[in-house]
Amino acid sequence: MWSFSQIANNVHEWLGRTFSPSMALFFEMVLAGIAVIGLFALLGLVLVIMERKVSAWMQIRLGPNRVGPKGMLQSLADTLKLLVKEGLTPDGADKFLFNLAPFIAMIVAMLLMAPVAFARDFQLWDMNIGILYVSAVSSITVISILMAGWSSNNKYSLMGAMRSGAQIISYELSAGLSVLSIVVLTGSLQISEIVHSQANGWWIFKAFPTVLVSFVTFIIAVTAETNRAPFDLAEAESELTAGFHTEYSGMKFALFFLAEYVNVFIVCAIGATLFLGGWMPFHIGNWQGFNHVMDYIPSSLWFFGKTFFLIFVIMWFRWTFPRLRIDQLLTLEWKYLLPISMINLLITTAIAILGWHF
Amino acid sequence: MGPASLIVLITAAIAFSGIAILISRFVLKATTNKQKGEPYECGIPTKGKTWVQLNVGYYLFALIFLIFDVELVFLYPWAVAAKATGWIAFIEIVIFFFILFSGFLYAHRKGALKWL
Repeated sequence: MWSFSQIANNVHEWLGRTFSPSMALFFEMVLAGIAVIGLFALLGLVLVIMERKVSAWMQIRLGPNRVGPKGMLQSLADTLKLLVKEGLTPDGADKFLFNLAPFIAMIVAMLLMAPVAFARDFQLWDMNIGILYVSAVSSITVISILMAGWSSNNKYSLMGAMRSGAQIISYELSAGLSVLSIVVLTGSLQISEIVHSQANGWWIFKAFPTVLVSFVTFIIAVTAETNRAPFDLAEAESELTAGFHTEYSGMKFALFFLAEYVNVFIVCAIGATLFLGGWMPFHIGNWQGFNHVMDYIPSSLWFFGKTFFLIFVIMWFRWTFPRLRIDQLLTLEWKYLLPISMINLLITTAIAILGWHF
Repeated sequence: MGPASLIVLITAAIAFSGIAILISRFVLKATTNKQKGEPYECGIPTKGKTWVQLNVGYYLFALIFLIFDVELVFLYPWAVAAKATGWIAFIEIVIFFFILFSGFLYAHRKGALKWL
């Protein structure tokens, strides 16, 4: 049976045998870059078509069905269309910041890929501060959004950016606190250690009531952090046309769109890693036979299955809840989610110290 | 791959977005006219400046966020050591949260969390 980590090792060994060490490292970096760009583009295409198909399914209609089999190539056609569109820059805009903002959005989305464990022993960089890195880098997103909104010289953009700023920084707190409850239980910030700690069951089952609460707060918070409905005040179509990217067109708009979808994927991947075991198959305690059967399903399939399930849940939210007002949004965070997640962290700490989990 | 992966990722992001924008520059035939550069406001000519002072509420929330975010940074090293340290860690974090929470209650009483 071959796996991602085996392929990576084989390529690494082959490069080491064929070239000098510095050249081998260079080629490895180039290959990794190409792989990451390919994954990025593929994720964008898949998530856009998935969003459209899921929304069509929720509203009992067909969705895109002309391009390719069952409309599966629709997002590719859309990308081609965006490629030949003109990228306008408004006259009054701050040109430098206006053009810089999509680059920053892309760099942040790409940097978040580093600690994500896609399969067993398959990670770009298994750093010992993985969780801290994710929360640190993901908070740079707000800078690109504020930059885009402020520099466009458009009132809709500015309003959208200000709302988005208030929203993202608020929800970062409860996202961080709910992540911390897993760190307390595991005693490590390293992604691989967190995944290995779930070898005898996922955290959501092992420390049942408290981790479930932090899982729910985490999902709500990341939905708000990635600017998705019902928290899509930053780009509320019916109020602000498109919020912070009203003035963006052509490829720059496509880059924002892509970065946004990849951010959704990454927060879902982090959620799946922390609460649902990442690439770890579904194990129950010491049931050797059952665990052995589960091990036959490849680890990458487990990871992508869980991640896409969480993405589906977030898409589900969009067609279930009406959009919140800005004051309701901030009330929900500051008066409900933040106290709940603080108290939940205390209870989780007590449980971890008492050892009242499996 | 280790720390080199960060260089790879940043380069890949810049290359990907740069190449995409460059290709679209070459493919399209750009035309210019006066209306194209105007800010989009649903067809109506814009009035007044865009960069005006906004609702102070946003800044109040940003200030409260600053307090809590610094707290969150302190919590990370604590969380790693909490299980090994035992009840002392728990008591310390209760004291820490108590101080924070009284600050939060003060802000709440002063009406900082009320949206105007």
